Parts: sequence; C-alpha cells; structure tokens
Amino acid sequence: MRAIRNGVSLLTLSALLLTAAACASDDGGDTPAAGGDASAGASGEIKEGLSVAFLPKQVNNPYFTVSDNGGKAAVEEFKGEYKEVGPSEASASSQVSYLNTLTQQGSDVIAVSANDPNAICGAVKQARQGGAKVVTFDSDTNKDCRDLFVNQVTAQGIAENQVKLISDQIGGAGKIAILSATANATNQNAWIELMKTELKKSEYSKIELVTVAYGNDDDQKSFQETQGLLSSYPDLKGIISPTTVGVAAAARYLSGSQYKGKVVLTGLGTPNQMREFVKDGTVKNFALWNPADLGYLAAYAGAALASGIITGKEGEKFTAGKLGEYTIGPDSVVVLGPPTVFDASNIDQFDF
Amino acid sequence: MVRKRLGTWDVLVVAVLALVVVASSVLVDGFATSRFWGFLLLDVIPIALIALPMTLVIITGEIDLSVASVLGLSSAVMGQLWLSGTPLPLILPLVVLLGVACGAVNGLFVTGFGLPSLAVTIGTLALYRGLSYVVLGDRAVADFPFSWTGTFIEPLPGTTVPWVALVVLGLAVVFGVVLHATPIGRALFAMGNNDQAATFSGISVAKTKFWLFVVTGAVASLAGFFWTMRYASARADNGAGLELAVVAAVLLGGVSIFGGRGTLGGVLAGVLLLITLRNALQLADVPADTLTVVTGTLLIISVVGPNAASMLRDRLRRRRPA
Amino acid sequence: MTTATKPAQGASPPRARGDVRGARRLFVIRELGIALALVLLVAVTTISNSRFLSAQSRKDLMLGATILVVLAVGQTIVVITRNVDLSVGSVLGLSAFATGKLFLAMPDAPIVLAILAGVGLGVLCGAVNGALIAIARVPALVVTLGTLYVFRGLDYSWAAGQQINAADMPSGFKRMGTAVVLGVPVLALFAVAVLLIAGFYLRSYRSGREMYAIGSDPDAARLSGIPVGWRVFTAMTVSGALAGLAGVLYAARFGTLDAAAGTSIELNVVAAVVVGGVAIFGGSGSVYGAALGAVLLSTMGAALPVLRIDPFWQQAVVGSLILAAIGLDRALTARIARRLRGRRARGA
Repeated sequence: MRAIRNGVSLLTLSALLLTAAACASDDGGDTPAAGGDASAGASGEIKEGLSVAFLPKQVNNPYFTVSDNGGKAAVEEFKGEYKEVGPSEASASSQVSYLNTLTQQGSDVIAVSANDPNAICGAVKQARQGGAKVVTFDSDTNKDCRDLFVNQVTAQGIAENQVKLISDQIGGAGKIAILSATANATNQNAWIELMKTELKKSEYSKIELVTVAYGNDDDQKSFQETQGLLSSYPDLKGIISPTTVGVAAAARYLSGSQYKGKVVLTGLGTPNQMREFVKDGTVKNFALWNPADLGYLAAYAGAALASGIITGKEGEKFTAGKLGEYTIGPDSVVVLGPPTVFDASNIDQFDF
Repeated sequence: MVRKRLGTWDVLVVAVLALVVVASSVLVDGFATSRFWGFLLLDVIPIALIALPMTLVIITGEIDLSVASVLGLSSAVMGQLWLSGTPLPLILPLVVLLGVACGAVNGLFVTGFGLPSLAVTIGTLALYRGLSYVVLGDRAVADFPFSWTGTFIEPLPGTTVPWVALVVLGLAVVFGVVLHATPIGRALFAMGNNDQAATFSGISVAKTKFWLFVVTGAVASLAGFFWTMRYASARADNGAGLELAVVAAVLLGGVSIFGGRGTLGGVLAGVLLLITLRNALQLADVPADTLTVVTGTLLIISVVGPNAASMLRDRLRRRRPA
Repeated sequence: MTTATKPAQGASPPRARGDVRGARRLFVIRELGIALALVLLVAVTTISNSRFLSAQSRKDLMLGATILVVLAVGQTIVVITRNVDLSVGSVLGLSAFATGKLFLAMPDAPIVLAILAGVGLGVLCGAVNGALIAIARVPALVVTLGTLYVFRGLDYSWAAGQQINAADMPSGFKRMGTAVVLGVPVLALFAVAVLLIAGFYLRSYRSGREMYAIGSDPDAARLSGIPVGWRVFTAMTVSGALAGLAGVLYAARFGTLDAAAGTSIELNVVAAVVVGGVAIFGGSGSVYGAALGAVLLSTMGAALPVLRIDPFWQQAVVGSLILAAIGLDRALTARIARRLRGRRARGA
C-alpha cells in the first residue's frame, strides 16, 4: 500500500518535473556557442550570432516591454540571438539570480536596467569575468561595475525641459509640487535636484516648489498621493511627475476631479497612456524619450562592445543602425538624445 | 504509524530532489557545473537558515510570519548604524540583539497574552517592515567595505561552496539534534500534538514557546546580516515576501501545518528542492510567471499529496476485509 | 444567539438571556470603538486641514474604501468559519485584467456582462480553493498561499507585459468609476449593497448561523449535522466571487490595468478584518465590524499624506493597530467569560 501511495505522489511530481524538463530542453537547445562561431569584425562590423539578453527591472512592465522589443528589433538586424529574462517583481536580489544564470549560460551581451545601483554590482562583475559585455540602460549601476551605460537623456536635459513646460503653462508664477517614483529612484532624484537648481534661475523666481511626493511607481499609491497633494495645498498651480506611472495616475485623478483644467500637470509619460488626457484637456503636454529607441541603442552598444568596435572609453564612436552614429561620453555613458515633447498636435504619430 | 508515514514523505522529497538533479543535469545546459551549485547555495542560505527555527515553531503548532520583516528591519538598522559610524564587528551583535527583541515581542504576545501566533505575527510582519521604512526610508546604504561583503560570498578554498553554507549546515545539525534527540525536542512534538497533554506532563509550554520565538527572531536577524553583506546593500525592503518561501519550504519538507509532525532533514530537502527546481528552470529560460505557478503548485501538492495518499490508503484498507 | 458565547455551546448549561445580551453589548461596544477611532481620525485630520472633508475629498475617501470593504466582507465570511483566504489579491488582479481584456475584445460589451465575467472568474477561483479545502481536507492557509502564487502567475503569463490603458475602456464603464449618486460614488454603493446582503445573511439565515457554529467548533458542528464541507466550500466561493467583483470595481476606478493589480492587498484585507473585531480563529465577529476596519485603514492611508506624516509610518501604524485590536479582543472575551461565570455562580 505504501508503494502505491508513493507511486501516486511520485507520478504527480515527476509528471510536473518532466513537463518542466521538456520545456527546458526545448529552450536550452538553441543557445548558441558563446560567440565562438561569430565571424570577427574588428574593422567596425558587428559580429553575427551574438547572444544578447535583456534583463529589465521587471518583466510584465509595459515600459520595459516596449524598450526590450526595441532591443529585439536591433538584435534581429545584426542577426544575433535575442532573449528577455527577468523577475516578476522589481527587486534587486532577484535580478542577481538572473545575472548569475546568464553568466552560466555564457551570454555575450547583457543589457540590464538596475533595480539597485549597488546590489547587482557583484553579479555584474562576475558576468564580465565570465566573458559577457554588460550594458546598463534606463537605470545605471555604479560606473565601475558595467562596461557602458546607455542613458535615455541627460539629467540636465530633463530638468530644463520639465521646468520649462510647467512654467509656460502656469504663467511663470505659483506653487508647484513634484510627484516622483520611489524616494531612492536614482533617475528621479538626480532630475529633481537639477530641477531645483533650474528653478533658482531668475526667470523662474516666482515659482515655488512646495513638496516632493512619492507614489512609489505604484498606480494606486500615485493616485492617492495626487489626491493628498491637492487637499494639502489648496493653491497648488501645477504638478510635475517625472515618471510614467505617476503622471498617468495623476492625470486620471485630475480628469475625474474638480481640478481638471485648473491644476496644470506635466511630466514624463507614454503617448498611449496619456492620449486620452491630452484629448480631454486635462494635460496640455508632456515629454519622454522613445523607450523602443533606448532598447535599440542598448543592443547596438552591447554588440559593438562584444565585436571589439568599442571598449567603452570616452570619445569612441559606433553606429547604431537607423539611429546613426553615437559617441561615448565621460564615465562611459552614451546619451540617446533630447526628450520629445508630446501634445495634441503630434501625439497620434506615436504608438508606444 | 504516524512516524512511519512521515518517514515516507521525507524519503519522497529526497527522491524527487534526486530526480530533479539527475534530470536537470542531463537536460539543462550549465546545470551540472560547480559554478551553478555555488550560486545556488548562496540563494539557499537565507531560506535554509530561517527554515531551521521555523520548523521547530511550526512543529509546536505555532507560526511566525514576521521573519522576513525582521530580516528587513535588521538590514535597515545595519544601514543606519553604519551611516552613523558604528564599526561592523559591533553592528553584528547589535543586530542579533534586535532580532532577539523582535522575537521576544512576538513571544510575549503569543505566550504572555495568549493570542494566536498567526494574527500576532501578521501584525508584527506589518509593524517590523513599517519600522524598517521608518529607520531607513527608501534609501539604500551600500558603502560597506569590500573586505566584509566579499568575505561573505567567499567559497571554501578549491571549491565553489560558500563557507557560510557550512555554518548553516552546522546550525542545522544543532537544531536537528535538539529536535530529534533531546527531551526538549520530544516536548516540542508533544505541544504540537496536544498543548494540554504537554502541560500536564510537566513541560512549561509558554516558556518553551517564548524562547522559540526569540531564537527565530535572532536567526532571522542573522539572515538579515548575511543578506545585507551578500547584496552589499542595506535596504528596508530586503527580503520582502521571503516568509512565504520559508513556510513553503518547511511544509514541502513534510512538516504538518497543525504541528506535531515533521523532521528537520525533510525540511532541508524541501528547501533544496524548491531552490534547485527554481534555479534549474531559470537556467532553462522558463519565464518568471511559470516559476511562480510552479512554486504555488508545489506548495499545494506538498499538503494535498500526503492527505490524498492517506485517504487512498484508508479506502484500500476498508475494502480489503470485505 | 450571539457569536461570542458560541464556544461554550454544548458543554455549558443553558444560560440566561441577560448574559447573551451583555456579551452582545460588549461586541457592539467593540464596533463602536472602531467607529470612534474613525471619527477621531477624521476630526483630527479635518482640524489640521479643512479640505479633508470637502465634497471632492469625501468622494475620494469613499472610493478608496470601496475595494477594501468588498474584500473584507468576503474575508469575514471565510474567517468566521475558521479558515482564511490569502489568494484574494491575486483573484482581484486576474479579474481586473479579464475585465480589461473583455472590453478590448468587445468594446460595446454591456457593463453587466463585465461584472458577471469578473464575478464568474472569481467564483471559479474560489471554487478551486474551496474544493481543495473541503474535499482534500487541506488547511486553507496553505491552499490559498499556494493559489496566491498560482493565480498571480497565470495572470502574469496571460498579460505577458501588456498594459490596458484607460483609453481602451468604454466611456460608460469609466463613467461608472467616477459617477456620484446623492453625494455617494456609484462604486461605493456596490460595497454598501454587498455589506448589507452579507450582514443580513449571516445574521438571519440558518446557513449563515451555521458558519459561526463551524468556526466555533468544527467537530461539534459536524456532529450536529451541519454540512461543514459544503458550508466552507460556499464561504470560499463567496470570497472568490467578491474578490472578482472587487477586480471589476478596480478596473472601473483605476482604468489603467496591468497584471500586478492588487498585489499584496491580502495583508490589508486580513488586517481590516482583524482590526474590525473578527476573531482569526473563527466563530465570532461581524461584517459590519470588518467593513469599519477597512474604512479605518483606508482613511488612515488617505489621512497620513494630508497630515504630512512621513508615509513610511503607515505600515508600522497598521501593524500596531492589528496588535492593539487582537489584544483588545482578548481582554473583551476574558471579561465576557468572567461575567458569564459570575452569573452562573449566582444562579446556582
């Protein structure tokens, strides 16, 4: 009887395992030999057959789905092997586990957006020792860990753009607030610091930044924080939300409230999320880089590194397909370009 | 009879573990490498560490869901202490003391006030995690010296096995001996089977359970210290959700959620099975969604399995005399 | 027939009606206590910022409480039977995403269909939980912990990174999310209806009372002929259905949907139920108390930013509230027990 019992349990479990193992062999089979068969191209040609892995902050995040698909398009152009892996929740420790896995699989290029600038450093170093070129995009690690950082935009560019957008709409005077992501989000904090510097300029002297609220890049939390901002500061003229989750949540709150059209909102958002609010008059304009281009550039930058075209030193140049030529700046950073401003006149030309 | 059934479940978990290892070695590229096992053991350490006292707690019929929050609070306090200039050799005992205090609060509420541990530790899960945000906010402290952070992931010379894994193994032996070969261990099983009977047999149920919660808190804070060193980053959200993985591993290892049944060996096999399967699937590029489903399914199988098996056996037995 | 005296049923001699009334009074006091805390919180916040009770803000507070109240009602029914449902957050996420998908596929679908689909999906998930608990006799804590992972994983792989935007939803459905009737948001009316129906059922129906009996002593309930397995199955299914409904309400309120909707809300739901005076080991408590607990928690979430208290304190406060609530309940039941003993002694 015991045998039967064990048999049944064993059967169930082994069925489960076999299913998993079957998937495993399917996927594991087509991993190419680690760049060994790729044809050399020190002359500026990107090698064929490079294995490129994208590791976003979390999979199932629409922003990263778009940027990773941009990367996929690039990898297809230079005939590499593309894959996207990553955790379902944005935590630093789970990214380490995926980096370890990619190291063992012998990836040639790893494009990663860091959940924590330090926590994944050790794993990134191990990956590089294992032969991979590591490019960070969107969110950087410490600069001595990775080979190259593909920055969507300079922090200065964002700060100038955002302050100008809000100032134009509130007539250069009044109280404003910022609705940010998490309080330790590397990007947002750098931008906010520069916005504060920007606001000290004489043309913005009548604008007062009253507070920075944190919506944790969580839709519901951002929604509630917007609500809190408007009830704590009755004379608030405008809100800057330099995060796609925050600006969409804030716009949705405003559009369903009495403040619609009275309180100005701008920030960084995606056209698909914001289209409705631009059309119903809640939001006049907002900005963003094109995340698909960001992923595309990261893939090309990684491939250029793995092909020996560049090494990551300042001043080196490489060509990123349709985006043209890029030059590496100080601290091994490549900048995608200035942000695009979206308003009612151009928003329908974009789909992301 | 009960012990016998137990034994078979442990053996089954070990067998499945062996099967996973063999199948993955054949089917998954890069599985049968020493590097894989080095990485895997680093992932196993915090879960295995917390699972040791958790096994004892669940065997007495209680539960501690606050462990991951104690880990996070320890990490946050470490970061704050480091910022204020405390040297690491002093931080370690302070953090363990913090864990002891957290565990004592749990223990006091459960044994002193006679409240259900499930409700108490759901409360302290929120409280301790909340306090860790109060301490460190959303900042990350990451400037620990490499001489420390590097040491904690250092493998034993000539291998890829991290030395910390041996420490955990040593602790596992201690917990195993206490649970299975001492009167204290027998008392723990007695409490899980019947609190009153245990009381009448002269065991101080309240006192024993109190100290068990204290030990759990202390071990969770040790895990927090290790976590912070391994990821070289002290954050308030460190280890969020880890309690579920620990409880899943303990139950998978054959410990009854109602108390009174279980072995430490089974739990260690459960931890290894959970992590090995996860890392092997990850290595085989199985997406994160599927890993989530597999974890949940394993947990359900681990409880449905033994129950269904015993039901089947009862039915067979009833049929036989007829 | 009050809940508090249930544990003593069967073993103890018949009691005077006065004891029962006294015990019930204590539990009314318990619920009044939460209501008082709520009033106090609102008063303090309003004094510090009068806009906290403006028409707009009142509407926001009610909307904020809606989803938590619906989930708390379902959870109460489950907890009363000495079970727990940790999978509600995942069911909510699944149902919210399904609602979005439905409108993507059929932009002209009537709202009723969306609600039915969401609730139907919830019933299905709840039935899976219920079947595992009632038929395979597995503890609810473990089963729903497992299905928490499974349902969320299914949700993720179904969504595959897709986000559904407010623009994809029909305007009628979005209007339901913001519409107001007599100063009360339409969505909040759903919560009120759910609360009243569940409250009436648990109080006045035989099967409702049997839920309490099961939670007080499952073995005694089984011996006295109550179909325990079936009732527990029903409780889990109802909880699933309400989580499904909450998913549709979530979709209507927030408009933007991805697979992560409702992640880790289960902790807040259990907290609301416990703060609301429902005993975690079953047999006692009411949906009204749990609803008050939910309103208290969500109002606190809204009040902290207005009071300009560091939002990092929020979780710590929730934790302390849970501990305070279960401590208070313990003290109350001890007092009831003493009172009952006292009466009996005099009567004898």
